[in-house]
Amino acid sequence: MIVATLLRNGIDRRIAISIGLLVAAAILVPILHLAVPADSAFHVPAHIVALFGKYLCYALLALALDLVWGYCGILSLGHGAFFALGGYAMGMYLMRQIGDRGVYGNPLLPDFMVFLNWKELPWFWFGFDQFWFAALMVVVVPGLLAFCFGWLAFRSRVTGVYLSIITQAMTYALLLAFFRNDMGFGGNNGLTDFKEILGFNVQAPATRAALFAASALMLALFIAITASIVGSKLGKLMVAVRDAESRTRFIGWRPEHIKVFAFTLSAVMAGIAGALYVPQVGIINPSEFAPANSIEVVIWTAIGGRGTIIGPVLGAILVNWAKSWFTAAFPEFWLFALGGLFVAVTLFLPRGIVGMWDQWMATWRTRTSVKADRDAPSVGSDAPEPPIVRAKSAGAALPLIADPQPAE
Amino acid sequence: MLADLGTLLILMVAVIALIGPAAADEASLRATLTKLAGAKGFPQIEAAVRELGASGDPAIAAPLNALSEGNLYVRKSDKAVFIVKEGDQLILSDALTGADAGTGEKLDFTKIKVNNTLRRAIRDVMGSLTLGGTDAAARMVAANTLMQKPDAASIPALDAAIGKEADATVKARMEAARAAAVLVSDLPETDKGAAIGLLAGLGSREALNILTAFESTSTGALKDQAAAGISKINGTLVAWDAAQNVWYGISLGSVLLLAAIGLAITFGVMGVINMAHGEMVMIGAYTTFVVQETVRAYAPGMLDWSLAAALPIAFVVAGAVGIAIERGIIRFLYGRPLETLLATWGVSLILQQAVRTIFGPTNREVVNPGWMSGGFELGQLAITWNRLWIVAFSLGVFALLLFISNRTAWGLQMRAVTQNRRMAASMGIRTPWVDAFTFGLGSGIAGIAGVALSQIGNVSPNLGQGYIIDSFMVVVFGGVGNLWGTLLGAFSLGIANKFLEPYAGAVLGKIIVLVLIILFIQKRPRGLFALKGRAVEA
Repeated sequence: MIVATLLRNGIDRRIAISIGLLVAAAILVPILHLAVPADSAFHVPAHIVALFGKYLCYALLALALDLVWGYCGILSLGHGAFFALGGYAMGMYLMRQIGDRGVYGNPLLPDFMVFLNWKELPWFWFGFDQFWFAALMVVVVPGLLAFCFGWLAFRSRVTGVYLSIITQAMTYALLLAFFRNDMGFGGNNGLTDFKEILGFNVQAPATRAALFAASALMLALFIAITASIVGSKLGKLMVAVRDAESRTRFIGWRPEHIKVFAFTLSAVMAGIAGALYVPQVGIINPSEFAPANSIEVVIWTAIGGRGTIIGPVLGAILVNWAKSWFTAAFPEFWLFALGGLFVAVTLFLPRGIVGMWDQWMATWRTRTSVKADRDAPSVGSDAPEPPIVRAKSAGAALPLIADPQPAE
Repeated sequence: MLADLGTLLILMVAVIALIGPAAADEASLRATLTKLAGAKGFPQIEAAVRELGASGDPAIAAPLNALSEGNLYVRKSDKAVFIVKEGDQLILSDALTGADAGTGEKLDFTKIKVNNTLRRAIRDVMGSLTLGGTDAAARMVAANTLMQKPDAASIPALDAAIGKEADATVKARMEAARAAAVLVSDLPETDKGAAIGLLAGLGSREALNILTAFESTSTGALKDQAAAGISKINGTLVAWDAAQNVWYGISLGSVLLLAAIGLAITFGVMGVINMAHGEMVMIGAYTTFVVQETVRAYAPGMLDWSLAAALPIAFVVAGAVGIAIERGIIRFLYGRPLETLLATWGVSLILQQAVRTIFGPTNREVVNPGWMSGGFELGQLAITWNRLWIVAFSLGVFALLLFISNRTAWGLQMRAVTQNRRMAASMGIRTPWVDAFTFGLGSGIAGIAGVALSQIGNVSPNLGQGYIIDSFMVVVFGGVGNLWGTLLGAFSLGIANKFLEPYAGAVLGKIIVLVLIILFIQKRPRGLFALKGRAVEA
């Protein structure tokens, strides 16, 4: 169906390329990692697999945020919460898989519960010994939370800044809640010390490679889904809500329905990203709920270019790669760099890297066509004045580029 | 022999009864002292000591102290009593007046013997003696001591002291101590009943302990009466607990108000989501630290007043940083509120890291000046001075801002820009200037909030992070563009938090408050006091 929609709308070349690249990476990286000998130049070392597997999860999270922010105008400062909830669902499954190999050897209770003197498994841990149930929860828990939250918020027309602040309050409340030991999620240590997933050792190179491939394929799938939604009539409505919510309502649409849909789908994507992230990093703890993390996701999306599909993916990978490099090379400068990035991007790159590129391309195309027109009658004139192309008019040429929010 | 002693004791009691507690003229004191001299054996000496104590005259302190140290001697010839300094000869001084009385030969004198029982008796007598002292604070201390260690023997002294006491609080305290003493005495039930009533009326934890101890040993009607008293006190204590929670809530609310009020200005007037607001608070706190260290280095005597000096400096420093941020970054982003959020978040990261680089990542200590440390009790409320100062200070800042916003030309322009920026601009208000100075004002206020908050928390690079979410909650809850909304929002959130805490714990209480705010925003998307306007998308 997705393929059909994509075909009907004509697949954007850029999206087709990125999907192709991701699928190729999903196939090649495991082969290069596992089959190629370690001394070969083509060998992909284990830490690179783990690192980029993590980046791909971040990219999926950024794509999820882009769907609501870039296309629907909802700036969520709480997407880290959905990511962490998905992660916790997966973490609970992995905890149950430890079985009696924990430090205390209790076949039923995870170590931290034995440590806290819990006598029996809390009800919300039931079912997590089954992978299918955990996988279902990865989707259902963030999705349900987002649905309830969105339904309440959008129905009462909480918009703009207020919505951003209450999403931040939501993730902050969850942060505090998950820090509590009596919540039954391991308190501030979180869930860790995982042994195996679906019967395979989490630490084994083959499992790591498989997780990398799964992340790449999942990202490719959601790029396709997002592209098909954005290209559809629903996507046009989302953009309409983003640019002129009242007008959309007056025309007869229900913006809250569109927003709830986008918000819920986005939360599900974030939850899946979190679920893929946890087995690769081997831990999930409440700090994933920290409001600062969610804001960082916003900057990945902003740098890559909101309102574009591959922008956030690029942004997430670039920023995190820079973070890994900086924190290793100049740990004390990372916050300066990140802070500077926030300021610079909002001031100079409001459309992000991809948006800027598109704008330059559009300008260039306009300029060449103008030049062609002008060159035809009077050959040999002075260098032509480049026409001033304002952001607005350039954006108008590209239908799906995010415009700045209307002034409140 | 024993019979003799008995008659003597009875005689003495009779004498005490005759003299009465108030009789304290020198002649009768000397007579009693002579009794001390003639006493045979420790019980008689003790009786004489108690008789002296019953006089309640401060003059007996000297001979009693001397007795307890073994320096009280009797002249064999005339049974006169002297305080003595031993040497080759005895250096005498008068027992009551302390006047020099020459010297004497050791052989002519006998020492009045003392043992530990007697020393204890002397200590008791001295305790009740201070009840009659001239210093009200000392009398209070004596009453407190008796309250903590009720002793039936102290009742007469207490009665005497109560009769003479002029200070109402000390008198009340003495009466309480007397009631506590009555409960451990063998006085008739009616007296004990009255004592229970008096203690129950106090409603303090101390009285509760005394009554609980009494209830466990008593029987019959008195036990019931004590139980009724206990439940009455418990009822009073619940009310006091509630009052204490309100006070804690007000205290937390004042902190929230301080943290949020600057944000209310920048957010309310300019629609700027200033995520670096918390860092302005932090800058204020670090300014306090720097000022304190400077004062410590150059004028250590003025250390108590470094806080006062830090206030204007913090305002200027934070305000200047604020204006720099506004002119450098925010003015390019007007009309894009969500992007100011991102840019100011970036600024906050940079400021945090800058402070961490300059001052190090560890906590810095800002000392409390003398006039802000310690506390006092109001009924059953424990109130610390620094909290009280902060409450007063936050209200002062609020009043000042209210004045600026409602009574000055600048405030008028600020409000005009809030309500209708374009109209204000067309009327000739220079909105960019108003923006810059408003942002500076908001940041400066955050800076002086930092001065106050440095008194109750750690000064660390992460100081601002702890306040930023709470401040946003307050502003959003109270409604943008209305200072009263911020005041009400801060105090209601503070009090709600503190009332939830005993039932749900600190963390869960905070979570509940956050959830309630989220739900409240659904009901009133623009907060408690929303600005009214005609725009569809205000």
